[in-house]
Amino acid sequence: MWDAFGFEFVNFYLIPGLVLGCIYALGAIGITLTFGILRFANFAHGEIMMSGAYLTYTVMAIVAGAGLSLHPLVAMVPAAFMVILLFLGTDRYFYKPFRKEDTIKVVMASFGMMLIIRSAVQVIWGPNQIAFVPGIAKPNAWLQSFTGDLGAMIIMPNKHLFIFAGTVIIVIALGYLLNRTRIGKAMRAVSDSPDLAHVTGINVDKVINATWIVGGICATAAGVFLVMDTQTLETTMGFRMLLPMFAAAILGGIGKPYGAVFGGLVIGLAEELSAYPWIGDAPLLSPGYKTGVAFAIMVIMLIVRPQGLFKGRSF
Amino acid sequence: MTQPVLSLNNLKAGYGQTEILHDLSIYVNPNEIVAIIGPNGAGKSTAMKSVLGLLNIREGSVVLNGEDITDTPAQKVIEKGISYVPQTNNVFVNLSVQENLEMGAWTRPNGVEARIAEMYELFPDLAEKRNQAAGSLSGGQRQMVAMAKALMVDAKILLLDEPTAGLSPKYRGEIFSTIQKIKNTGVPILIVEQNAKQALGVSDRGYVLVDGANRHTGTGEELANDPEIARMFLGGGH
Repeated sequence: MWDAFGFEFVNFYLIPGLVLGCIYALGAIGITLTFGILRFANFAHGEIMMSGAYLTYTVMAIVAGAGLSLHPLVAMVPAAFMVILLFLGTDRYFYKPFRKEDTIKVVMASFGMMLIIRSAVQVIWGPNQIAFVPGIAKPNAWLQSFTGDLGAMIIMPNKHLFIFAGTVIIVIALGYLLNRTRIGKAMRAVSDSPDLAHVTGINVDKVINATWIVGGICATAAGVFLVMDTQTLETTMGFRMLLPMFAAAILGGIGKPYGAVFGGLVIGLAEELSAYPWIGDAPLLSPGYKTGVAFAIMVIMLIVRPQGLFKGRSF
Repeated sequence: MTQPVLSLNNLKAGYGQTEILHDLSIYVNPNEIVAIIGPNGAGKSTAMKSVLGLLNIREGSVVLNGEDITDTPAQKVIEKGISYVPQTNNVFVNLSVQENLEMGAWTRPNGVEARIAEMYELFPDLAEKRNQAAGSLSGGQRQMVAMAKALMVDAKILLLDEPTAGLSPKYRGEIFSTIQKIKNTGVPILIVEQNAKQALGVSDRGYVLVDGANRHTGTGEELANDPEIARMFLGGGH
């Protein structure tokens, strides 16, 4: 049973789907928080993710120049700091001036930021693909032999284990922040009603900065996890992630971080599983249509249940 | 003469180009409940928002305990001790009752836990609902959460914008008796109300607002018994 069906399904569809889902989930958290608290769709979010990955690569390259090697998850930390500064800087100079204006203006500003950041990355690092941690990722030998002895062999490279572990840690930390800390509760309060937060005396600017910090950390992690998975840096990677991430945020319900995590996993799985040969021997859907799956889910959700699965805000 | 806690002096104010308050003067003394009543569109809620710095004041002043706070931004006004309960959308629906109170205490430097305990004493119904989302409560209970949330700071004055709008008569009575209890804790209250008769019943003084200016002033009792006001705003039936 496992050899005939399970092995292929789990290792080549389910696990990659979950890996992709984790990446979408982390990206969607930032999008949904920004949407909930600042009330605009941040089109630059994908590019911020991408620049986080490039910065991580650069940190690793600098350290490698000194003859040492640094794991991406460690190099990610200083990169996340820089991404947070980038977020806070763009907010201060490009988004904040539009805070009291119509939403469309700040959405356009974020669209502009998207183009600016991508072009800047292309100027600095060049438009070509860069190999990120080259070489073939070997499956984790211990996991392979352990599950093999149980009769359900799982072939999973370490990078995927790191991605799962990293995502779980970040989501747990986020849950703690939002439910147990003062600033986290205030983030939920502002997401609930900015006007009421204002007349309650909550320092909304501080809450907005916290949102960028959380979004920055999640975006950097998502970008780094993506390049750990694909092992390639591309300047268009952020843009390609944008649609599925928005689909995940909408599926989960705008302004609902857990919804975004759930939505990310669903979209990631749906994209991978759509290529599984459910009927006959051919893939159900050619892998080229993967992005279309996310788009279809987004459109269906907007028509059938615009508030999302977790009852987020509908516009 | 005692110094009023809050006074609005000859206010002219409005949104953008539209002037809504033409000449409004109101004051609230310590230990007083003061009601603002009047027909729809008279500018009752606008008067309250002008205190909070939420709209454009053209002329006149807002004074809190002798300090001019005209055009001070809302957050600063709240830090100075004015607590405000909006008419609608006055609780964080996705936050629990307890979390709503914690948010109300945002500008409170310390003693948050103790103050929350006091609020549960003042609003016993809320104590057992502390972990429920505020959005899951009934209208009357939400209003209680909103008032408790506003009282989390050491309020110098509490502003209530139509606290009984849309509530059943049972809850209306409960809200008004709670307002009395709050007053007894030493917090003066300025209340805007549609239910003029009941509001004047608990108020020490009242103002009748028409077209953005005060038309009549008097004690709650005087206004409630004034035949002209009764005919105009108290639903006729006298």
